[in-house]
Amino acid sequence: MVMNNGSILEITDLTKNYCAENGAIVHALQGIDLDIAANDFVCIVGPSGCGKSTLLRIMAGLEKQTGGVASYLGKPIDRPTPQIGMVFQEYSLLPWRTVIDNVGLGPEFANMPKQQRLLLATEYLQLVGLERFAQAYPHELSGGMRQRVAIARALANDPDVLLMDEPFGALDAHTRILLQKELLSIWERHRKTIVFVTHSVDEAIFLADRICVMSGTSGRIMEMIDVTMPRPRERSNPLYGQLAERILRMLEGEVAKMGIL
Amino acid sequence: MKKLFLRVLLPAFAPLLLLAVWQVAAVRVDNRIILPPMMDVLHLIIHPTEDLLSMGSLLSNLAISLARVMAGYLLAVVLAVSIGITMGYYRPLFRTFSLFFALFRPVPPLAWVPLVLAWFGVASFATLAGLEYGRWYMYLNNLKISMVFIIFIGGFYPVLTSTIQGVQSVRTTLLDSARVLGAGEMAIFTKVLLPAALPTIVTGMRIGLGVAWMCLVSAEMLPGSLSGIGYLITHAFTVARTDVVIAGMISIGVVGASIDFIFRLFEERTFSWQRRSR
Repeated sequence: MVMNNGSILEITDLTKNYCAENGAIVHALQGIDLDIAANDFVCIVGPSGCGKSTLLRIMAGLEKQTGGVASYLGKPIDRPTPQIGMVFQEYSLLPWRTVIDNVGLGPEFANMPKQQRLLLATEYLQLVGLERFAQAYPHELSGGMRQRVAIARALANDPDVLLMDEPFGALDAHTRILLQKELLSIWERHRKTIVFVTHSVDEAIFLADRICVMSGTSGRIMEMIDVTMPRPRERSNPLYGQLAERILRMLEGEVAKMGIL
Repeated sequence: MKKLFLRVLLPAFAPLLLLAVWQVAAVRVDNRIILPPMMDVLHLIIHPTEDLLSMGSLLSNLAISLARVMAGYLLAVVLAVSIGITMGYYRPLFRTFSLFFALFRPVPPLAWVPLVLAWFGVASFATLAGLEYGRWYMYLNNLKISMVFIIFIGGFYPVLTSTIQGVQSVRTTLLDSARVLGAGEMAIFTKVLLPAALPTIVTGMRIGLGVAWMCLVSAEMLPGSLSGIGYLITHAFTVARTDVVIAGMISIGVVGASIDFIFRLFEERTFSWQRRSR
């Protein structure tokens, strides 16, 4: 199934421009080249407004690029497909549906029979440890639980690639660390390819095989960093701190250039 | 005990006060045309099947009015919801037609009367159906096109506005996440967009029904009208039966409030997720 020496997502010379409200043309992404191998965990970090979410949305097929190619298994991505799942930062669960009906949404869109759908949804709810809440409504859950449901919902489609747009951004620090560990364990057991956008350098180092650092001013990739530390990673590891220091310094320079400070 | 106080006694306070003031004032005024005694009106209301001014009973006139309002209102809902959804979802359509609809919105339904009369005269749904006698003729002849049109205009705008707003304010994340999960356009529409916008649409429908009901009296003042609660009121006024006028007003109020109450109950039951997911 996997071709091109193991690449599952290939992004070549991708650009995205759009018109700002004052009529100026904004170069959100410029000359992005990114190869993502199957089973890779790639984190994209960068200052806010650097285009990292846009890049993810293009990979999801939700937005069109201005130039260049984004392809999945050699085929250009021009619309969302169930093979590429996505988890959003905001709560994206349908508030009028129970948890189980939310998780079964993808299979429902694929016209899977109800009985089968429920079984599948239950299985994925178990995966995130929320089977007890199958009949609850999203508003009855905590923020962390909702994001777990969103992850289960994305996984229920059994996608090859999971795109995550700051999925833990709105959670408190504690829940966040808990969910990071859970995500890693899911990733290790199910061998998905994950592209994870975050503004937290710490989160990126904890999770990623490779970190893609984006520039805030030009919409380019500044550097790709391989994280070679063994897993499970300890935040107390001196390498951890050194790497964080290095990335933070790069980003600081960017923020200064953007004139935000 | 506290519940009884909060739920029954407190809401009943203002109406009871009004009744008391009315009774005292009626005795002091001592003129049935300016202000009939409360008991006279109450008598009419608790005997709603009595014939009034040889125009039929309060109840039968209310029924005719209700049928008229429903005809105009249902037409308004069907058109406003479908137009509202398409305009809310497709930006270009919204840009094309929002000014058009905005221009007509401030025109009060009553201002349409001359035009409506010129267009439809006294034609009724019976005329439309080609009936000239029989039982259905009797029913349908009461539904004058002109009246239904006036009520339609009243009910149309609240439903249209809230439908557009409801559809436009559906969070993009909900739509995007459904797309990513593999939803086609049809599924997006029926499983995400519509249920998400429904609470706002139903609120608009409730307000629309209220406005439609309020247009009733003006609609029933139109020529060709020989029945209905609005007509009963105007007719009672010309023969100086103020008690009938007030009884008619009260029944309009009670029916309108009851419909609103039932609507609200339905809204609360069905859309509890919305209130709680804020």
